[in-house]
Amino acid sequence: MTDSKRVIIVGGGHNGLVCATYLAKGGKEVIVLEAANEMGGAAVTREFSPGFKVSACAHLLNLLDPTIETELALKSHGLRLAKTNLKTIALAEDGNHLQIDGNRVSGGGVSDSDTTALVKYRRRMDRFAKLLGRLYSRKPPRIGVSNPSDLFGAAKLALDMRLLGREDMREFLRIAGINIYDILEEYFDSPLLKGALSFDGVLGTHLGPRSNNSVFTTLHRMSGRIGGKQGALAYPAGGMGAVTAALAAAAASKGVTLRTASPVARILVDGDRVTGVELEGGEQISADTVVSNADPRTTFFKLIGARNLDAGFVRKIQHIRMRGNAAKLHLALKTLPTFTGVEPDQLGERLVIAPDSAYVERAFDHAKYGEYSSSPALEITIPSIHDASLAPDGQHVLSAIVQYAPYELKGGWEAGREAFTNVVLDQLSRYAPDIRQQITHTELLTPADIEREFRITGGHWHHGELALDQALMMRPVPGAAQYATPLSGLFLCGAGCHPGGGVMGHAGRNAATAVLSGGSR
Amino acid sequence: MKKYDAIVIGAGHNGLTNAAYLAKAGLKVLVLERNSYVGGATVSRELYKDWIYSNCSYVCSLLRPEIYRTLNLAKYGLQVVPYGGSVTMAENGDFLGSYIDHDVSRRELERHNARDADASLRFDTDIMRQCRLIRPFLMRTPPDPTSFKPWDLMQLLDFGREFLKLGEDVIYDTVRFYTMSIAEYLDEYFESDLIKANFAGPGIIGTALGVMSPGTSYVLLHHAMGDVDGSMGAWGFARGGMGAIANAMAACFQDHGGEIMTDAGVDQIIVKSGRVTGVALENGDEHYADLVVSNLDPKRTFLKLMDEKDLEPSFVEKARNFKIRGSSGKLNIALDGLPEFPQLGKDNPLIAGDMHFMDSVERLERAYDDWKNGTWSKDPYVDMLIPTLTDPTMAPPGKHYMSVFVQYVPPKVHGRDWTDEDRDAFGQTVIDQIANYSPNFKDLILHTEVRTPREIEDEVGLTEGNIFQGELTMDQLFFNRPFPGFAQYRGPVKGMYMCGSATHPGGGVMAAPGANAAREILRDLRRPNTVPEGWTDD
Repeated sequence: MTDSKRVIIVGGGHNGLVCATYLAKGGKEVIVLEAANEMGGAAVTREFSPGFKVSACAHLLNLLDPTIETELALKSHGLRLAKTNLKTIALAEDGNHLQIDGNRVSGGGVSDSDTTALVKYRRRMDRFAKLLGRLYSRKPPRIGVSNPSDLFGAAKLALDMRLLGREDMREFLRIAGINIYDILEEYFDSPLLKGALSFDGVLGTHLGPRSNNSVFTTLHRMSGRIGGKQGALAYPAGGMGAVTAALAAAAASKGVTLRTASPVARILVDGDRVTGVELEGGEQISADTVVSNADPRTTFFKLIGARNLDAGFVRKIQHIRMRGNAAKLHLALKTLPTFTGVEPDQLGERLVIAPDSAYVERAFDHAKYGEYSSSPALEITIPSIHDASLAPDGQHVLSAIVQYAPYELKGGWEAGREAFTNVVLDQLSRYAPDIRQQITHTELLTPADIEREFRITGGHWHHGELALDQALMMRPVPGAAQYATPLSGLFLCGAGCHPGGGVMGHAGRNAATAVLSGGSR
Repeated sequence: MKKYDAIVIGAGHNGLTNAAYLAKAGLKVLVLERNSYVGGATVSRELYKDWIYSNCSYVCSLLRPEIYRTLNLAKYGLQVVPYGGSVTMAENGDFLGSYIDHDVSRRELERHNARDADASLRFDTDIMRQCRLIRPFLMRTPPDPTSFKPWDLMQLLDFGREFLKLGEDVIYDTVRFYTMSIAEYLDEYFESDLIKANFAGPGIIGTALGVMSPGTSYVLLHHAMGDVDGSMGAWGFARGGMGAIANAMAACFQDHGGEIMTDAGVDQIIVKSGRVTGVALENGDEHYADLVVSNLDPKRTFLKLMDEKDLEPSFVEKARNFKIRGSSGKLNIALDGLPEFPQLGKDNPLIAGDMHFMDSVERLERAYDDWKNGTWSKDPYVDMLIPTLTDPTMAPPGKHYMSVFVQYVPPKVHGRDWTDEDRDAFGQTVIDQIANYSPNFKDLILHTEVRTPREIEDEVGLTEGNIFQGELTMDQLFFNRPFPGFAQYRGPVKGMYMCGSATHPGGGVMAAPGANAAREILRDLRRPNTVPEGWTDD
């Protein structure tokens, strides 16, 4: 027998760190094992060219749970937002851009009816997103078993829905399962507005705006309250790495042991329970409880091994859809770039190339067949405007999410990377004509690169597609959706669990609650 | 002018069913039909001498057996003849056959992929389970989840109880089934692309979604939940064409004293002080009744036949936002003889079933991309049948009638209305595709009727030519069909009801919407119920 107080956390991503800190607060002796040389997992700020740093994956903060921020005192551990309430500039090729600021929209020849409609749209969607957000801070109920706390959870959900009022509840039940394209058609005329809003629904997913589920993913994205504002976007000083640095500091302050450069080779199993882990170097650490921040496929197939699991469960894990579609473009720039028609004070906002929703849909069509988009959609930020520490004096970094770049590219990414990089830069040049001359270094991280660098299967940021059939009590799979798994002592705490991806921390916190309550399935 | 108890607008199969049940309950009912024949899209027509075309709907399985029995449709001449088998022909000369004999079907699957043959057992069981789950709800009125009325609460509780009885695993499977794409769902069972393409087809028939669109698993279910003679999932022909169904319903209705007026297109539903009083016809005649039931789709009913001032603005908005979306076309072809399909070999019985030309999920999805881009599929998915191999009454001896259902065909071509040239080009696309697999096919053609959404809308009245009167997506199913708050067959003004496929449980020649609406009407009138309720599983 080992010390039952000890908990090992595999992976020092944001959820692993959150989980570790709560467990330490709950009296556990916690060790976090991170494969890379620094904590943070995919939420890191790293140098991609001498003197130029950038958030390697997600580059904006919108979903971080305010409760966690308070409970773990992240501010006193160094978390600072360099810019809150980022506006969205929907770029038009002719320079007549549209600016979206919460429920206000201007420019781009937008009509009065669209202006009014956006207020109505945001009011409804914010309410629905809030409802969804309320589900996020607790473990999903198991349905079909008569467990009082699960019944309570389900009843509470029903009540929350009722509290929306009749019309809104009806509207919620109508739209929750469908696609954002249709909804936007009901509200708006402006192609630029529809393009930008539809892109929000498909960021990081294998969905086009016309794919059902994209209302759900839109609401997911709006479910956060960064800076106290529903569905807002913020930029953390120091990039995403600063968020995980604050989380690591919080963990350390509670006595968590943080070990970097300690890749776990396997989780040790004795019969149906875990007994510890073995590092790639051969070192073994014993513990009764192991919490994995790795994605479910990595956890169960690489670290546990299919032979330790029953066949039905293995099949479920195999079927999790987790093929990434988002690439990340990083540019080191000699000077501040000029986007046609974008005012200097707008340049620090979020710039979107998604001129209409049909454009985004066509970009997605390629991904269905394993091709990259010939006209990709982009979410662009220039973080060095808010944060001088990212680039040498007067120089800048541009960070963009590029869709779609399917993980399983026909012909492979080794052959495809350069061609796609050119496609993306060409697209960028249509809006920022001089940009190619300003570039001193280009990095394009494809899903294949993200998989390799951050050990996320399929390079999928969310550790599994966000979709209704992979959400709530079905995330990652039924039987492991309450953070406990079929193996006694093994828990999951990553984005592969409820409520999913984005730098939120809910999964880590919920998992800690499950561990501390002695969680069995 | 004579006053009726109820007027039913549209003599489609749902309108006739609804009228028949009301007449059976003793109501004086008038059915008004715009065309000179009854049936709507459930119709047989002689458009070429001596050939009978089922020129819209073409096969039968969903028709509820409770309705078949209680309206005594057999007595009124309806005979449903099951047919067996189907085949999917691949471009490379191979094919995948599906036979009535399970062992033969299994060997055929094994020929393509032994593991898939095993998986098909799991697949069949799972689909069948979903069918059994949904069937009891077809003949029930959906509860309103936002209502606090005792009836709704009881129904919701009952629904919840039924659901929980399934047990944890089946519940999760069910939720996933309703939200996944058919392509993803099939990926969980099968490896062979041909096998997947074969099973994926029913997931897109009549719907403006691709096989990779989440939500298409349900559409597959919609096509699998029927039966012929108690054999679930089986399909059959109505002897003499689909019109036989509508004719039998009409005969039953008239036998109970009902009156049908053809060539009587309705121009307006008359509303006075917040309740309906009757209808005005296109020819100026007016007919009066306290009840008006519309078998037409919601856009036609509320945006064309009703005055906007009689409706709440929020209701009009719901009608405008209702998604109808035409996505199908049809060719009806008179043939001088039986076409040959060399890749099937000689005398292959599979040509008596559904025939498809498709060999990969990607090919199916690309057909949908064309629709999204505003044109008919250049390599369409067809569901092709030669009914005369099973029912020789539809063509002269030795000759044949071929029905070719085509997916996808957009309601507009690149945003503009269809022209005759477009229609002919579309027809040619389909004929060329068939000819690729049947070298003697073109020489046998005596007559072709090509139907695009334009023809379907003009002749049958279905907006955008959608065969289900509205998309079968989660926002428009069950208590959301046609609109949230209006799923219990009652319209927005007093005395007005809806009974078409746009109401629960949706399209296909099922007749359940018509029957369910009749039950609600009789309940409002406090009349004894004549409509079978609940589930009679054999």
